[in-house]
Amino acid sequence: MYAFDIERPSTIADAVKALKEEDAQALGGGQTLIPTLKQRLAMPSALVSLTGIGEMKGVCLADDGAVCIGGATNHATVAKEAAAHYPGLAGLAANIGDPAVRNRGTIGGSLANNDPSACYPAAALGSGATIITNAREIAADDYFQGMFETALEDGEVITEVRFPVPEKAHYQKFVQPASRFALVGVFVAKYADGVRVAVTGASENGVFRWSEAEAALSADFSAAALDGLTVPADEMIADLHGSPDYRAHLVKVMTGRAVTAAA
Amino acid sequence: MPKDGGIGASTTRREDVRFLTGKGKYTADINVFGQAAAIFVRSTVANGVIKSIDTSAAESMPGVLAVFTGEDFVDVGGNPAGWLINSRDGEPMKEPKRPVLAHGKVRHVGDAYAAVIAETEQQARDAAEEIIADIEELPAIINMADALAGDNVVHDEIGTNQCFDWGWIEDNRAATDEAIRNAPHVTTLELVNNRLVPNAMEPRASIGTYDAAGDSYLLQTTSQNPHLTRLLISAFVLGIPENKLTVIAPDVGGGFGSKIYHYGEEALVLAASKKVGRPVKWVADRTESFLSDAHGRDHVTKIELACEKDGTFIAFRTTTLANVGAYLSNFSTATPTFLHGTLMAGNYTVPNVYVNLKAVFTNTAPVDAYRGAGRPEATYSIERVIDMAARELGMDPVELRRKNFIKRDQFPFTSAAGLEYDSGDYDALMDKMEAIVDRKAFEERRKASEAKGKLRGLGINAYVEACGIAPSNLVGVLGSRVGLYDAATVRVNATGNLSVMVGAHSHGQGHETVFPQIVADMLGIDPASVDIVHGDTSKIPFGMGTYGSRSLAVCGSAMVRATEKIIAKAKKIAAHMLEASADDVDFAEGQFTVKGTDKSVSFGEVALKAYIPHNYPLEDIEPGLEETAFYDPANFTYPSGAYACEVEVDPETGKVTIERFTACDDFGNVMNPMIVSGQVHGGVVQGIGQALLENTTYDENGQLLSASYMDYVMPRADDLPFIAVSHDGGTPCTHNPLGAKGCGEGGAIGSPPTVVNAVIDALQSGGKNVTHIDMPLTPARVWAAMNNA
Amino acid sequence: MASVTMTVNGKSVSGEVEGRTLMSDFLRNDLRLTGTHVGCDTSQCGACVIHVNGEAVKACTMFAVEADGADVATIEGQANADGSLNVIQQAFQDHHGLQCGFCTPGMVMSAAALLKENPTPTEREVREYLEGNICRCTGYHNIVKAIMAASGQDVSAIAAE
Repeated sequence: MYAFDIERPSTIADAVKALKEEDAQALGGGQTLIPTLKQRLAMPSALVSLTGIGEMKGVCLADDGAVCIGGATNHATVAKEAAAHYPGLAGLAANIGDPAVRNRGTIGGSLANNDPSACYPAAALGSGATIITNAREIAADDYFQGMFETALEDGEVITEVRFPVPEKAHYQKFVQPASRFALVGVFVAKYADGVRVAVTGASENGVFRWSEAEAALSADFSAAALDGLTVPADEMIADLHGSPDYRAHLVKVMTGRAVTAAA
Repeated sequence: MPKDGGIGASTTRREDVRFLTGKGKYTADINVFGQAAAIFVRSTVANGVIKSIDTSAAESMPGVLAVFTGEDFVDVGGNPAGWLINSRDGEPMKEPKRPVLAHGKVRHVGDAYAAVIAETEQQARDAAEEIIADIEELPAIINMADALAGDNVVHDEIGTNQCFDWGWIEDNRAATDEAIRNAPHVTTLELVNNRLVPNAMEPRASIGTYDAAGDSYLLQTTSQNPHLTRLLISAFVLGIPENKLTVIAPDVGGGFGSKIYHYGEEALVLAASKKVGRPVKWVADRTESFLSDAHGRDHVTKIELACEKDGTFIAFRTTTLANVGAYLSNFSTATPTFLHGTLMAGNYTVPNVYVNLKAVFTNTAPVDAYRGAGRPEATYSIERVIDMAARELGMDPVELRRKNFIKRDQFPFTSAAGLEYDSGDYDALMDKMEAIVDRKAFEERRKASEAKGKLRGLGINAYVEACGIAPSNLVGVLGSRVGLYDAATVRVNATGNLSVMVGAHSHGQGHETVFPQIVADMLGIDPASVDIVHGDTSKIPFGMGTYGSRSLAVCGSAMVRATEKIIAKAKKIAAHMLEASADDVDFAEGQFTVKGTDKSVSFGEVALKAYIPHNYPLEDIEPGLEETAFYDPANFTYPSGAYACEVEVDPETGKVTIERFTACDDFGNVMNPMIVSGQVHGGVVQGIGQALLENTTYDENGQLLSASYMDYVMPRADDLPFIAVSHDGGTPCTHNPLGAKGCGEGGAIGSPPTVVNAVIDALQSGGKNVTHIDMPLTPARVWAAMNNA
Repeated sequence: MASVTMTVNGKSVSGEVEGRTLMSDFLRNDLRLTGTHVGCDTSQCGACVIHVNGEAVKACTMFAVEADGADVATIEGQANADGSLNVIQQAFQDHHGLQCGFCTPGMVMSAAALLKENPTPTEREVREYLEGNICRCTGYHNIVKAIMAASGQDVSAIAAE
């Protein structure tokens, strides 16, 4: 690692201020950032740790019933505290990485990084969540802008993520056996006004909504509704663990299983 | 019943206490006063000409003590291959120099061409980034067939990428060809034995300390065999006299072959320590381990099995390309030849075997012995083609094997591949395995799986392997440049407890517990009064270390011989004390007794007498009670086994799940069943890893794509079931005093074909016409095979 | 450099660290607690698992300054007060749950965290909890068995030896 300072602000305001320094970078749980720093692939002047900011931690319910999760809340906490309100989301959080990673990694860190194989982007996009920053509110549909690309500006901090709670939801993860990220992960959520299907791990463009499946499932929320659909393999990720064709195939299989499990 | 804590007892391990409390002392845990840090600069291209290396900026960086390049080592030797293989035409193999640091050319991604010594690791890393190397990249040589066909060569001075073209047994070639030509049935299979990275959990590390006062060196290093490392450094690489170099391998966090070999980093820290006048420490990170540890396997094989219509085997013939990587690692030439070709008759009475193997240089990390070393490759080829033949012939895979097994009354049996198997009972192993598996009930289990939408398959396998490679006289004729004995010194201390210095090195095998069980059993004393000393060349006799399942069969035998000498001498001392003739003294349960009398002295009393030799026959016997034995085995040992695996395959995703695994092994006599079971569990899971998960992938440019645990799939707890093992009632080895055969590798040898056979069985049961899939059988590969069928 | 103070295995310790100093380096180099091992660079192997404020974390993927003020437990503090092995450690020895010992500290620390939140885990739960701990020696068989035994479950029926 190159040398850097670490700041540990206790308020969002202080964090935002610290991040205004040139080459300062936010540090969530560090579960992706620290391995990156070890490889000397980043050279921040300072890291601004967000995990000491009390107002960014915890799970609560909004007046409209939405589940609100502080940006610095770790996965283990979401798995535990969101279980009663939004089991589909809690189930996803409970299977990110491994137990020790879940005790450090945060929802804000995951969404800010937007790894194309991360689990949380599927939940946020699949739930039509609102990403709340120190500066504004961003709809999930506007937030994810491709692999490792988001709508966040430099120095902008995810303070909270607000998930409308669906009638039914489930996340099916076909695990990449080494990294334990998603080789393909599909989050299916059924809302009163329709079904959302968000896919992670599969596309070179990062998390995406499978709109044909959404239409079919909105009409008939059953795995059989997917029968006639195919997922194009164009722009699917090719790597050691799966070809574009295989990933495209898995998207459909995992979607069907998510629907069955949710129903 | 085993004696309390003696041979055959499942004694829990004494070494566990330090490991469980964080008090283990691995190389990286050692800090030497005044130590500096070494960082290696490694090639990012697979093949390139080093035009120039400018170290001036690095040398002026803060904290930098020295910078080394290949230029600094042109006047010293290279790291040699330990076994000379001659090609079929009698030509000796090609042996390019393997320098401490790359010179002239870099030959694989990760090939170290410079090293920085600095006050701290971070300073060394900072300086390493300032080294400016002008390296002209050349096309990478990765694919073995292309390497043999093209003009682009890894080593210009030898002009070819073929290291050797070996035939075994060359005199059998014509007869084997003839037998296959005339055979009623020939099954042919082309397969890949996938390249693996051993992945001991402790990355390699070395600390070099030069002592100017004595002009001597100390190397603390992650080694399975410190004496071999010392010998190589002294005799071949740096020329440090052996008496001026001590090598210590402290606690070592697993080896699996990768820490047998001497590596350039060890020589560098020694040379650097002398130059900078400070101890120099290097600890690899995991990525460095992936790039620079010796890899394993990597064969491409065509195997043919010729048989009669009734399934009687007539011949095995194989043609193999074996990747040796960019340089010859120490045992890289023995592994694909004498540890592979010689096993190509398997457990069978097949009369004709011929193996042709070409070893090929490529721009990849060196390939050498990894758990099983050559024998997994042989077993995989044989047992996969037999399974395929059974399917083609419409025979039961168990029955086809039994029909061709060497029978229990045929031992000793000289196989068509030239080895004399001393003992075994392959039918008994198969009986035991079938009883545990209960094949009738399997059909019920298959139905249950099918009801869940899964395909279920049963794979079976038989294996025989060869451990404790020996004897030195024979291996010398066959090209070995080292002896393959081992040594032990049994020192009875004056107060009756024992220090036993052994050439074997324990890095997980439990020698500190098991070796005392044996000595204590022989002496009739408490095992707690026996301690094992290992891993320090200044304390132990010259031994060859631990690999190839040899520790017990070879070093353990040396220890038995040394203990026998102790008993013989102690008897003489006891006879004097008891005023009897030595011939009249019996020794049992720790007591020396004059035959037919109640006159006796204890072992402890004799020990004290040996060191306080008052009233002692000094004219006949020297004082002291310490004996050394070197043991050179008469033959290999031949562990064998029968394995079964049941898998479920998800037909929608191709994902394979291991539902059951049964390992029935014959390791001869077993000293500590608990530890032997642990060895089987670990070996089996490494084999499952090879079969389903692990693969080492270089792209066409020679970049290692699987260079971290983000992409190299290590088996994890949730990939596996409990494993049923059985190893009681084995047939003892007939030529070593313990009757022990070695248990370290059987699991890794027997399991890969068992798993693959099971998956093929599952797919066939689902109506998929899939006859072979190359390892690892990842979900993507299985799915693709199903869809192409 | 920053000052850090924390409680490690019940003792208050402090030190001066750089921002980039990993918790694993602080433990190993500054406190000489070398039982916490480092087996990878990517937060997968789990040889470095420790407890920070009672939760299992990977010490190689956390900065020392982030543990300022925390209550930290490492393998060195796991034995009973009289120095004897605790229940989990003893079960690992009794059931041969370790071979080379390198992954063992992380395994024991993960096992302790598991049993705290799930006192009688099933085999499946143990295996899944160990997702972030890699062992190359044991095939996990005896580790899983040891953890189940440490939880008070009868493991005598588990496949052979």
